[in-house]
Amino acid sequence: MLLVRKILASKWAKVFVFLLSSIPLLLLVWRGFRGDLTANPVEFLQHQTGDWTLRFLVFTLCVTPFRKILKLPELIRFRRMLGLFAFFYVCLHFLSYLGPDQSFHLAGMLKDVAKRPFVTVGFAAFVLLIPLAITSTAGWIRRLGGKRWVALHRSIYICAILGVIHYYWLVKSDVRKPLFYGLLVGILLAWRLATWFGNRKAPAVAHPAPVRSS
Amino acid sequence: MLTKRSPELGHTDVTPRDVYFHRRNFLRGLGFAGAAAILGERFASLLSPSTTVFAGTKLTTVKSNYTVNEKITPEDDVTHYNNFYELVTDKGDRAKNAQKLPTTLWTVSVEGEVKTPRKFSIDEILELVPLEERIYRHRCVERWSIVVPWIGYSLSALLKLVEPTPKAKYVAFQSFYDLKQMPHSKYTGLDYPYVEGLRLDEAMHPLALLCVGMYGETLPNQDGAPVRMVIPWKYGYKSIKSIVKIRLQSSEPPTSWNRQSPNEYGFYSNVNPNVDHPRWSQATERRLGEIFMHKTLMFNGYADQVASLYSGMDLKKFH
Repeated sequence: MLLVRKILASKWAKVFVFLLSSIPLLLLVWRGFRGDLTANPVEFLQHQTGDWTLRFLVFTLCVTPFRKILKLPELIRFRRMLGLFAFFYVCLHFLSYLGPDQSFHLAGMLKDVAKRPFVTVGFAAFVLLIPLAITSTAGWIRRLGGKRWVALHRSIYICAILGVIHYYWLVKSDVRKPLFYGLLVGILLAWRLATWFGNRKAPAVAHPAPVRSS
Repeated sequence: MLTKRSPELGHTDVTPRDVYFHRRNFLRGLGFAGAAAILGERFASLLSPSTTVFAGTKLTTVKSNYTVNEKITPEDDVTHYNNFYELVTDKGDRAKNAQKLPTTLWTVSVEGEVKTPRKFSIDEILELVPLEERIYRHRCVERWSIVVPWIGYSLSALLKLVEPTPKAKYVAFQSFYDLKQMPHSKYTGLDYPYVEGLRLDEAMHPLALLCVGMYGETLPNQDGAPVRMVIPWKYGYKSIKSIVKIRLQSSEPPTSWNRQSPNEYGFYSNVNPNVDHPRWSQATERRLGEIFMHKTLMFNGYADQVASLYSGMDLKKFH
């Protein structure tokens, strides 16, 4: 266990996770160069980037439960990077819609956002992620203060739920994949609710506050 | 005419790999009855070598008046990007699963309100009238579209042969279905067998194509081998694949997507840029292989030919 913790704490671990998280993008670029993006490249890119956004949201939500259950506090070092990768893939997802589907016309896009519930929830999730990406730096944690920063970043729960709904409303009839994401997000959020209630029931125990001094 | 065979066996007489696999799946799927049928078919094939149809056989066609002058979508795109939910819901995987469809020994039963109900073998269908090549626009409800050189003839040629009775007002179609060979179908959210329907006057319209091939050859399995419908002015799901039954009847038949979500998919399902799908706009579409969207045309550009079928109808209500 000590070795695992040592590896997780090394600076190379971050480089490794960064490279790993870039693979989906590199694969898409590689397939693009080979002209291997299926018969409908736009839809393929939209679906791939959408899928990877949901996956990285799930990865991000995994950090805290895994950290506590496995007693590996070092996992926290990867949370910001995973969250930012979710944001990076959602930006590509958004651009692959704004460009080819809407020809970069903002007015037309906003009309579409207002009219189509599945676009509305997807767009809402995207917009909600923007402040989280901006305030992901150490400077912003300091400026907002730990408590407020944590409260703000809890909105990732809403983003994940909206993302799953966005996917569920899009598919025509085979809902297995969106339901699978829904299940994962559900489990991860249920774990949080359970620990939250658990903590409330036993408030007398003195918790060593894990808040880092600024 | 399906195949031209020389007296000696040549390269073209080698059983194509996919046909060989069909037989194995066919045997597995149908068990003893299937085995007996295969033996019978083997025997029959000794007597007349062209009793089976399979993907990739060249077809001879005559010129057709029903052709649009647009850039044809590359064949590889068309055959590797489509829906056939019985096989699998992921578009790219369809070609891989398609060999499970047993397209040999195929018959199409034409029945119901007709004077002479009849079972057509696939060979009879292939040779009923000269095959035409028709280049049609094809528009999917999911907002992608293709331009395909289909091969076949007007369904009316077959329907006239069985002589519909005056009671016949609608035509119901049914696809091949065998759960054992299509295990993925359980999770697709549709009830099977897949069914579709047309009003009789729609079915008798010369544009309604009984289709046996595309791109100069018999249909690939994933595109609905060995015989399907192509109704170019309606959304793609109306063009039912791998037909085993055609039934003429007096009442409107149920249709698969309409049963699944009635508010999203109507019985008529005419391509109409002014009537949106509840979840997305139908005003535009993307041609496979292109980046930006095209404007969708009323009746998919076939308004001159088919609009009169619907005169006086509220196309929003009867979407």
